[in-house]
Amino acid sequence: MNRALIINVLRFFLLIFLQVFLLKNITVYNLSVPYFYILFILLLPFETNNFVLFLLSFLIGITIDAFYDSPGLHASSCVLLAFVRIIFINLTVHKEGFDNEPEPSLSLMGIRWFFTYVLVLTFAHHFILFTLESFSFSKLPYTLSRLFFSWIFTVFLILLSGFLFFRSKDRK
Amino acid sequence: MRNLLVFFSKYNAFFLFLLFEILSLVIYINYNSFQKASFINSSNEITGNIYTRINEFYSYLSLKEVNDSLATENARLRNKLKSSFYVDTIAKHKVNDTVFKQQYEYIVARVVNNSINKVNNYITINKGSKYGIKKGLGVICSSGIVGKVVNVSEDFSIVQSLLHKDSQFSAMLADNKEIGYIEWGDDLDPKKAVLKEVSNNALPKLGESVVTSGYSLFPAGIPIGKIINLHTKTGGYALNMEVALSVEFSKLQYVNVVVNKLADKQMGLEAQQKKNE
Repeated sequence: MNRALIINVLRFFLLIFLQVFLLKNITVYNLSVPYFYILFILLLPFETNNFVLFLLSFLIGITIDAFYDSPGLHASSCVLLAFVRIIFINLTVHKEGFDNEPEPSLSLMGIRWFFTYVLVLTFAHHFILFTLESFSFSKLPYTLSRLFFSWIFTVFLILLSGFLFFRSKDRK
Repeated sequence: MRNLLVFFSKYNAFFLFLLFEILSLVIYINYNSFQKASFINSSNEITGNIYTRINEFYSYLSLKEVNDSLATENARLRNKLKSSFYVDTIAKHKVNDTVFKQQYEYIVARVVNNSINKVNNYITINKGSKYGIKKGLGVICSSGIVGKVVNVSEDFSIVQSLLHKDSQFSAMLADNKEIGYIEWGDDLDPKKAVLKEVSNNALPKLGESVVTSGYSLFPAGIPIGKIINLHTKTGGYALNMEVALSVEFSKLQYVNVVVNKLADKQMGLEAQQKKNE
């Protein structure tokens, strides 16, 4: 329990640092912007209390907002992401099976489940983020292509990090 | 009553979701009038200071380009010095020149945070109210206009860049002085802007310079860019054209904040006129 807490606190600061000072400056053809920090919410343990989950999502969103000068934008997308996460996990996972290592990571859950999980959750987050940011229908094709390419970029980065920290002993 | 509690605890995820989502949306909607939520942004002490530290490191990486641009600007200024002109009359007399009084004053500042890939881009600079910067002042750099100040703290200011969907500045064609206004294009390209509402009598040419008109926050004649496309789709009753910006927003390092010393007098007079009507 204690170990999970320390790991998550470290992950929180590391991901914010990475997002704000490295990924913020990366854009591909002005279309594709990675939002890698949502990995923090994706990897919170299964048994996290709903209230804590929402609170942490709101907190990381509002911290990113402080650096991006967009109060509330990332916070609202992260809160939605947390909600979709709860629904997705309720539908697909039997919590009883994962008592000792309860984290939805790639090494524990296997590639098929993890890929779908990341795909759905990242889409929910990016969809709200980009529609709220542009707030109009006049640039719809442009917004949609931004959404699509950023989605691919973020999913790619998250999968990459999953393979990078792959621990085979977790697999049962 | 008990049934109600059971209902709430069964669907607690949904109600928590509503609670937090409404909270963050309220923050976001308030943010549309930027100043209301001004405590969550990069001009506060913590984020501002972190950005300054990191920027000190980044600025080493582009020292060479900054030096080059400073050297060219020095050369340009030296060309304007009195000592670089020779006097071809013998008669000399001293004149106390009362014709020229300084109207514009410039405050130099360093960019500590910058973005170009969002719909609304802001720049944070490392000078604030302590140095006389106020809300609404114009900001330029050595190669052209940058934006205007929208928020000031003691040590930092936030500049709404030209790359912002609400930014609009008065501009004119350099050769025939036809007035229009410049704003960021719809395709969010940080290298292009659109010059709008130029009268139909103007005969703009490809490659012609676009400069500031002097009707807005900037002195007249500050460069904005060059015309690259005369036929844009969004034409109305007036001419619209596409402009390649002269400022490279991705490489901004130093900017100048323009203080117009006569602005108060002008505003006062215009306000009085409005009252008279």
